[in-house]
Amino acid sequence: SFQYCLSGHPTLPCNVLKFKSTTIMLDCGLDMTSTLNFLPLPLVQSPRLSKLPGWVLKDGSTFLDKELKECSGHVFVDSVPEFCLPETELLDLSTVDVILISNYHCMMALPYITEYTGFTGTVYATEPTVQIGRLLMEELVNSIERVPKAQSASMWKNKEVQRLLPAPLKDAVEVSMWRKCYTMPEVNAALSKIQMVGYSQKIELFGAVQVTPLSSGYALGSSNWIIQSHYEKVSYVSGSSLLTTHPQPMDQASLKNSDVLILTGLTQIPTANPDGMVGEFCSNLAMTVRNGGNVLVPCYPSGVIYDLLECLYQYIDSAGLSNVPFYFISPVANSSLEFSQIFAEWLCHNKQTKVYLPEPPFPHAELIQTNKLKHYPSIHGDFSNDFKQPCVVFTGHPSLRFGDVVHFMELWGKSSLNTVIFTEPDFSYLDALAPYQPLAMKCVYCPIDTRLNFIQVSKLLKEVQPLHVVCPEQYTQPPPTQSHRTDLMIDCQPPPMSYRRAEVLTLPYKRRYEKIEIMPDLADSLVPLEIKPGISLATVSAVLHTKDNKHVLQLPPKPPQAPASKKRKRVSDDVPEGKPPKPLLSGSIPVEQFVQTLEKHGFSDVKVEDTAKGHIVLLQEAETLIQLEEDSTHIICDNDEPLRAKLRDLVLKFLQKF
Amino acid sequence: IPHLSSFSLGPGAGQDVGRSCILVSIAGKNVMLDCGMHMGYNDDRRFPDFSYITQNGRLTDFLDCVIISHFHLDHCGALPYFSEMVGYDGPIYMTHPTKAICPILLEDYRKITVDKKGETNFFTSQMIKDCMKKVVAVHLHQTVQVDEELEIKAYYAGHVLGAAMFQIKVGCESVVYTGDYNMTPDRHLGAAWIDKCRPDLLISESTYATTIRDSKRCRERDFLKKVHETVERGGKVLIPVFALGRAQELCILLETFWERMNLKAPIYFSTGLTEKANHYYKLFITWTNQKIRKTFVQRNMFEFKHIKAFDRAYADNPGPMVVFATPGMLHAGQSLQIFRKWAGNEKNMVIMPGYCVQGTVGHKILSGQRKLEMEGRQILEVKMQVEYMSFSAHADAKGIMQLIRQAEPRNVLLVHGEAKKMEFLKQKIEQEFHVNCYMPANGETTTIFTNPCIPVDISLGLLKRETAIGLLPDAKKPKLMHGTLIMKDNSFRLVSSEQALKELGLAEHQLRFTCRVHIQDPRKEHETGLRVYNHLKAILKDYSVQHLPDGSITVESILIQATAHSEDQGTKVLLVSWTYQDEELGSYLTSLLKKGLPQSTA
Repeated sequence: SFQYCLSGHPTLPCNVLKFKSTTIMLDCGLDMTSTLNFLPLPLVQSPRLSKLPGWVLKDGSTFLDKELKECSGHVFVDSVPEFCLPETELLDLSTVDVILISNYHCMMALPYITEYTGFTGTVYATEPTVQIGRLLMEELVNSIERVPKAQSASMWKNKEVQRLLPAPLKDAVEVSMWRKCYTMPEVNAALSKIQMVGYSQKIELFGAVQVTPLSSGYALGSSNWIIQSHYEKVSYVSGSSLLTTHPQPMDQASLKNSDVLILTGLTQIPTANPDGMVGEFCSNLAMTVRNGGNVLVPCYPSGVIYDLLECLYQYIDSAGLSNVPFYFISPVANSSLEFSQIFAEWLCHNKQTKVYLPEPPFPHAELIQTNKLKHYPSIHGDFSNDFKQPCVVFTGHPSLRFGDVVHFMELWGKSSLNTVIFTEPDFSYLDALAPYQPLAMKCVYCPIDTRLNFIQVSKLLKEVQPLHVVCPEQYTQPPPTQSHRTDLMIDCQPPPMSYRRAEVLTLPYKRRYEKIEIMPDLADSLVPLEIKPGISLATVSAVLHTKDNKHVLQLPPKPPQAPASKKRKRVSDDVPEGKPPKPLLSGSIPVEQFVQTLEKHGFSDVKVEDTAKGHIVLLQEAETLIQLEEDSTHIICDNDEPLRAKLRDLVLKFLQKF
Repeated sequence: IPHLSSFSLGPGAGQDVGRSCILVSIAGKNVMLDCGMHMGYNDDRRFPDFSYITQNGRLTDFLDCVIISHFHLDHCGALPYFSEMVGYDGPIYMTHPTKAICPILLEDYRKITVDKKGETNFFTSQMIKDCMKKVVAVHLHQTVQVDEELEIKAYYAGHVLGAAMFQIKVGCESVVYTGDYNMTPDRHLGAAWIDKCRPDLLISESTYATTIRDSKRCRERDFLKKVHETVERGGKVLIPVFALGRAQELCILLETFWERMNLKAPIYFSTGLTEKANHYYKLFITWTNQKIRKTFVQRNMFEFKHIKAFDRAYADNPGPMVVFATPGMLHAGQSLQIFRKWAGNEKNMVIMPGYCVQGTVGHKILSGQRKLEMEGRQILEVKMQVEYMSFSAHADAKGIMQLIRQAEPRNVLLVHGEAKKMEFLKQKIEQEFHVNCYMPANGETTTIFTNPCIPVDISLGLLKRETAIGLLPDAKKPKLMHGTLIMKDNSFRLVSSEQALKELGLAEHQLRFTCRVHIQDPRKEHETGLRVYNHLKAILKDYSVQHLPDGSITVESILIQATAHSEDQGTKVLLVSWTYQDEELGSYLTSLLKKGLPQSTA
């Protein structure tokens, strides 16, 4: 069994597992950090951005000044933002049988895989993952397509040219593989290949492998996956959380007894406590608004935003923010808020109980009803009429490179009264802000990443005790900026096997058994014998059938009855064939009892001689000799078949058959 | 002999559409399917007699679990009585929507029975709450491990919000219980679906066993026409419904019709449950049909513009109106009150959109009775028009056959229907699918013998050895596999005989035979040997026959040596030696050699 590692990003994994003749892709995350190298896409003409100077090489050559622009000492590509795809060359992706998705953040590369590689298989994901994943993709496509850009830069990608560029462009990996965003028809085609599944649903793949999604506690519908045959179990843990937020809690027990546990998607900010961050978020927000400033929260349209809105719901009255408008701007804002209310079965217990009342599980329903929270598809249209300041705006994209957030950065960046609060952990906030420098607005970094930290991982591993752990190499060493923090890495025995992009691992396990089914009529024919207390044996001779990776044992067909004709048969007709072989024997023969038995059966002239290793029993009249030793018996006689058979049966009485 | 038995608690499911409560025993596990209440009775007979299950001993010890298919009271109405008054503390499984809605209907019914009618010996509000604490909610298609052997899995059943069919599985044996289901999607729910799970037994409801209903569209048009005509002539329309289920479907129907025709007559929904009920549909929208699910963000089908809450005083208002009122069988509550008020006017109409149980007012007027004896000996004359429209979402004969085709059961058992109709369907099923079909009476036990195969762990070494042999050119003949089955603590392992011996720490005992065969041959021993070799080689073409340098001959593992006779020069003694494992061949060779050597080989 092999693992092909197609992504080097630990929280946006893409691995392919070859497991028992099936090829299973685990997630297809899209690394969007590549977009940080690009200039933002402004919704309205931005004089500042359009006036940025072209980049000039040290030797004064200006051939790149149309493609690259400089802003406050950083260089950006002036082109439609591009994404870093998973490896597509490491193995033939058209051979992938199924794709398992663990959460909506880890499926963003799906259209690239399903629409461009000859993929013909099935994708499995939970219903919330599909619905919210669709919203994320819709938002992405929408925010890039609504700002058509005439220019498409490619000269800088030339290997010779790239060498000359300043960091981080110089060090960007696989730039030739970077791709523009997909389109809505491609998204729809990709999503149509998904089959929706529920937690703890056992899905059979080709009779050989069973896959099961388990609740992972990180997001609505997020799952870990069990991939198992009857004798091997691989657990795929990706983006899990033990914190009590809105999703159903993580199912840890089902991960037990794994041969291999593949561990990805740990927290990206291991030193930040999510609860503390939420507190800081609220207080910074309140302070800014009280001082007459606006608050910008760059965010994804689903996920942590639900928790933030819930905190604000409890907080705004006590903080005196009741009259401050909260705006949620996204082409999918309405859908996201509506969808969050209909997945009762995927929510934590408290929220489920609310649905039974019946009340909406999330309090943002009330915020909307009371007009405290308003949502708009974009800054155009109704929003421009309703817009009142000071206010709080939730909008995307967290990279600050596209989406309505670009507009607010340009609008509010010049005033120190305003604050931008970063809550999403996927992008470095300093890199995200770079093309907006110099900035007067305050920047607060409150990354909220509820995924497992290293303390929780170590507890989890002790609890579920996998035989082997496989993880991205980043988790086997302390973070590069905190090399002394040896507590910020995975610590387990045996040490984890690590992987990096474009590597192939051989997964370490050996199996000794396979499942086989014994048909009822065969089972009826078996004669079990108790050998030791509690242990019975039966010899089995049966026909093996293997179909669709399933093995079945059947009663052997009865040999055709030889016709009872008296015609002379050819000698060879009698050649024995196909009969079950005799069992193995075990035990030893006590000589005295054996002699008694012989006498009982009419042998009157039995004589016993001792030998070095045992005895010789002589039947004088029959000219027969039986050598008895501890582990062997030898019957030497004339060709007298009835006699031989009789003696054989008497010997067998003392032995056990296997 | 492995078997499973199914037992309907009488008077209950079986051949009667009264209530469902079935006990299934499968591979030593006992599962109760549904726990319904009979609406036609007002005394003890309304609840199943649970003493049928076990005369002595607690129900909790006897039953491994209880499964509720959907929230209708004829399927869950006796649950608090069963768990709190008779006493059951084990797990009760149902889907999330059922868990949400079931306690509300139970409480509603309790109020009518105890608070309004003043009956005693009924469960209390607290009992409903305590009962619901024992409920474990399940997802569709989730495999729920009840214990180590017993697992259950829910499938979508249509019928009402949250209705599910359940597969109950122990080892290789399984039963599917359909509850009530609907094989055609309607205006708010999708169609039932199950995979090819090949259960040993499919227990199907058969409410509409013989009906092959005309198209839904016709029925809907008919319904709208009748409502429209009555309203046009200034009459009032009463539609008795249960708060959840058919009510929502008909509301959607009338809402869109009113919108399209621009009608002004008011539509009311009678109970306080309405808004709440619609709210459940909004929150559990993932359980509705695809169309509603797809468009719910833009337009939630359960937010009605034309349908308003009813107040008791409106019943006396002049002019036309349409009122949905609970309960659906006119046996109590608001629907019955309104019925009494409006029954005397021939301009009015009552439309019964579902089945009515015997004994209810609904059943009486549907069977043509026009003079009803009400409480206090009062006679009510029914002049209003009475219409029946089959809107309740049960599978018809076509649907039942379709489900059987999907699931491919080995046996079918029909419940929840009328004997005559069931008999007809039973014949049809047996003809088309060649499976046994049963239709037990109430209180009758059906036993079905199953033939489960036995899963065993086979050592990979043994399996690989055998599959390697299977790949040989001569793969046409089925190859025999030989091994030893070790049975220990309920675990079964198939290993090679050698491994079995080794694992048990036993030494092999070799049993060897050596037979002397005398043949006439004056030649030297080695010449005799050569003759024997040539003879055997010619006959045993499929065997490995070898002539060794020391003059002895082997056939597979059987050893043959030619020796001189001590007394007779013209006789040679062939010593044929073999082990017990090669007995067939050894004994065959001795008899073959005894016949002598052919002259031609000389």
